[in-house]
Amino acid sequence: MKDNWESVIGLEIHVQLNSESKIFSNAPTKFGSDQNLQACEVDLGMPGTLPVLNEKAIEKAIKFGVAINAEIAEKVGFARKNYFYPDLPKGYQISQLDDPIVGKGSIEIQLGDQEIKTIGITRAHLEEDAGKSIHDLFENETAIDLNRAGTPLLEIVSEPDMSNSEEAVAYLKKIHSIVCALEISDGNMSQGSMRCDANVSVRKKGEKKLGTRTELKNINSFKFVEKAINFEIKRQISCLEKGEEIVQETRLYDAINNTTRSMRSKEEANDYRYFPEPDIIPIQITSDQIQKIKNELPELPDEKKERFINELGLSEYDARNLTYDLELADFFEKTLVNIDDPKLVANWILGDFSAILNKFDAEANNSKVDAVKFAELLTYLKEEKISGQATKKVLENIWENPDLSVSKSIQNLGLEQISDDNEIEEIIEKVINNNPDQKEQFLSGKDRLFGFFVGQVMKESKGKANPKLVNEILKKKLV
Amino acid sequence: MNLETLTLQEQIDGLREKKFSSVELVENYISVIEDKEDLNIFVSNDFEKALEKAKKSDGSKKSQEDVPLNGIPMVHKDIFCTKGIKTSCGSKMLDNFYPPYSATVVEKLEQAGSICLGKANMDEFAMGSSNETSFYGAVKNPLNIKKTPGGSSGGSAAAVAANFSSFSTGTDTGGSIRQPASFCGIAGIKPTYGRVSRYGMIAFASSLDQGGILAKNIKDAAIALQCISGYDSKDATSIKAEVPNFSEDCESSEFEHVVGLVTDLIHSFGDEDLSKNYGEAIERLEKLKIKTKEIELPNLELSLPVYYVIAPAECSANLSRYDGIRFGYRAENVENLEDLYFKSRGEGFGNETKKRILIGTYCLSSGFYDAYYKKAQKIRNLISSDFVNAFKDVTSVMLPTTSGEAFDLGSITDPVEMYKQDIFTIPANLGGLPATSVPFGEKNNMPLGIQFIGNILEESSLLNISNKFQLGEK
Repeated sequence: MKDNWESVIGLEIHVQLNSESKIFSNAPTKFGSDQNLQACEVDLGMPGTLPVLNEKAIEKAIKFGVAINAEIAEKVGFARKNYFYPDLPKGYQISQLDDPIVGKGSIEIQLGDQEIKTIGITRAHLEEDAGKSIHDLFENETAIDLNRAGTPLLEIVSEPDMSNSEEAVAYLKKIHSIVCALEISDGNMSQGSMRCDANVSVRKKGEKKLGTRTELKNINSFKFVEKAINFEIKRQISCLEKGEEIVQETRLYDAINNTTRSMRSKEEANDYRYFPEPDIIPIQITSDQIQKIKNELPELPDEKKERFINELGLSEYDARNLTYDLELADFFEKTLVNIDDPKLVANWILGDFSAILNKFDAEANNSKVDAVKFAELLTYLKEEKISGQATKKVLENIWENPDLSVSKSIQNLGLEQISDDNEIEEIIEKVINNNPDQKEQFLSGKDRLFGFFVGQVMKESKGKANPKLVNEILKKKLV
Repeated sequence: MNLETLTLQEQIDGLREKKFSSVELVENYISVIEDKEDLNIFVSNDFEKALEKAKKSDGSKKSQEDVPLNGIPMVHKDIFCTKGIKTSCGSKMLDNFYPPYSATVVEKLEQAGSICLGKANMDEFAMGSSNETSFYGAVKNPLNIKKTPGGSSGGSAAAVAANFSSFSTGTDTGGSIRQPASFCGIAGIKPTYGRVSRYGMIAFASSLDQGGILAKNIKDAAIALQCISGYDSKDATSIKAEVPNFSEDCESSEFEHVVGLVTDLIHSFGDEDLSKNYGEAIERLEKLKIKTKEIELPNLELSLPVYYVIAPAECSANLSRYDGIRFGYRAENVENLEDLYFKSRGEGFGNETKKRILIGTYCLSSGFYDAYYKKAQKIRNLISSDFVNAFKDVTSVMLPTTSGEAFDLGSITDPVEMYKQDIFTIPANLGGLPATSVPFGEKNNMPLGIQFIGNILEESSLLNISNKFQLGEK
């Protein structure tokens, strides 16, 4: 970003809650069934049908509220948000306006070595998801799939507390890790379980007043959040520098071309004509209910991070990165069951293990190398039976051949470390004999040639020689 | 014996004593119905299935307790969804609608053993006081075919008055059971909001709509109400409360009554006939030695404007689902999505419905919400608390059902005049209170009605006083 500008960002995150049935009907919420098979008469908005609130959705929303230290409403009421769209069966969405279930709260984020930053959460409210319009199924016609209609959503609205796309991503990741830890959502962004709108504005540094904002709609990955915001910041700055004004509008992020384009302006915005939903009587939430949920709260990402630092001796950096992704954290802890070396395991999980997950587009919970096998592999390394380089190779090998055991893989690849003194001595003698000039130079004071000999020995042993032993023996032999 | 003129109680007794069969009852009704087709009472019928069911119930060994209405023919207002049977709600919009489910009220009456003969005509989406807004044309009052049967449950009221059945279902949002009952000289009850499930009852104004019964007399209404009442997990606004034995309570001698009167208020309308009939009703109470007490309902007159903000507001949202996409009328030859909406809704809805959608949309618009909808809700609370105060001293309140007798079809063209029809009935809807209409008095050879409003969930006491009043002196 150019030096004299700063940006202000707020996010609205829609989290699909993982209740078995929909928020106002008994239809199942499972993802991926055939079109319209998971929509009952209530979801279709058939005449005479009525919504009945799913208590589980309330419970899950309260869990989130408690986790971010927010105020929980005593009275939870719903409202109708009126607009016409073919995938909105009733012609209104049941949402919340005046009595959101979760009030003001906050979470903390941290980037690199920077200081911890608190991001305010304005509110989180419950609402029903709409269906989907499918434009490419029939030629010149739009198809409607109402399976998603009525899926419970928690809309989490942040304060405009973020000042760049990295913070926005860190915030989104934090929310993601919290809802996953609470097990109130599967957090699957590619399936739309978590979707995000970003409000972006820019202003000259030092300016107190917020600039005119635009709203970026429906961004469905961490990567796109970053890209969409970065693009929009640049666009707004270049507009303003050209002397143009920013129009308050809703813009759609186009991931293919990495641009944003105008969807509708403020003037074209719907008048949603909110009014209290008469079909659902406001419900009371008791302090007992909240206390009970508080007592049963699972370990949250921040608590896990603290535990990793204090009890396992991890660095702040490693602990933070491990707890962003709870599946990773979980894999970490499962690995520790069979190998008691948290630092080593953390290094490998955040390094090569994450790299391989990335490479094969996998998640820790469906890793082809399970935690037991991974622990076994790292034990070979820890006991110096194989080198670090070899460990990497074995990891890839057992990933690609899940039936292969660790020992078999090491054997197949011929990567067992040579820790036999005699065998190493033999190799060393051979190397020294083959390089008489270098030996002479070393003996006459060129100390750095020691490294040359180590390299030659490793080469000769095809990387299998135990480096520690090589050092020891080489020192003796070169005197 | 004219089976079709029997009361519900008489039919229940006759069937039990095997004086006649359910098949005979149904056949009798079918011939009456076919004779009086001109009244335009039915939108659809299901005679074949009715006869089939009658045969079955004649052979049924189930006990009276399990199926209290075994073999009894009845009529549903066409606002109640009936599985596989057209449910039009009086609208072109739903002229092709065959619901895949039945309303809870329909299921309950089926479980009670009753047999539906057909679906009764009504004002479109229950919006009207004369049945003239129906897509199928107005129902004629069986007592005088030039007159309206009232609305919106005009078909249901006319069905009972014309001996199409001994009782029928209706719905009441602002008087739609009580006003037609009064116009047709029969009894009607709108129970407490939440007493009867609204599931499968096509919504007009959700916070006011309530299903109920129209019958020849209060006792019959009590018997039928018993069968449709009770908590329903499919309706979040239905009340979890025991359902008392209404038909027993209706005739019990254990209820103490103090009837609240608003004599000054009635006089203030300056209508001599209205005051006279109200005065005669008070005389009847005195003769029955029932205690009375003059009370005040200071905000009663605000009911009308409040109602005509809240009901249209709710209906504007409730009727958004009729968009031509998933069910109901869909216009042909449309250019795009917007055109599909405009034409389907433009062609599918009648004028009264459109008018109310417009009023409601306006009242909820940004900038008007506080002035209309929010204010109306505040006044609604005031009216409710008027009743809460009144019920500290009295057990029911007596009002006229309507300000006059059934008027000529086509005679009221001013919408505000038409809306004024509901002035005495709307308050009970705003307060969620149970209310009955009992035939009492007449004007120009047409019946009039007296209304009793009870306290929340006090239908037993309400039915008891209404029944006493209807029976008069012994």
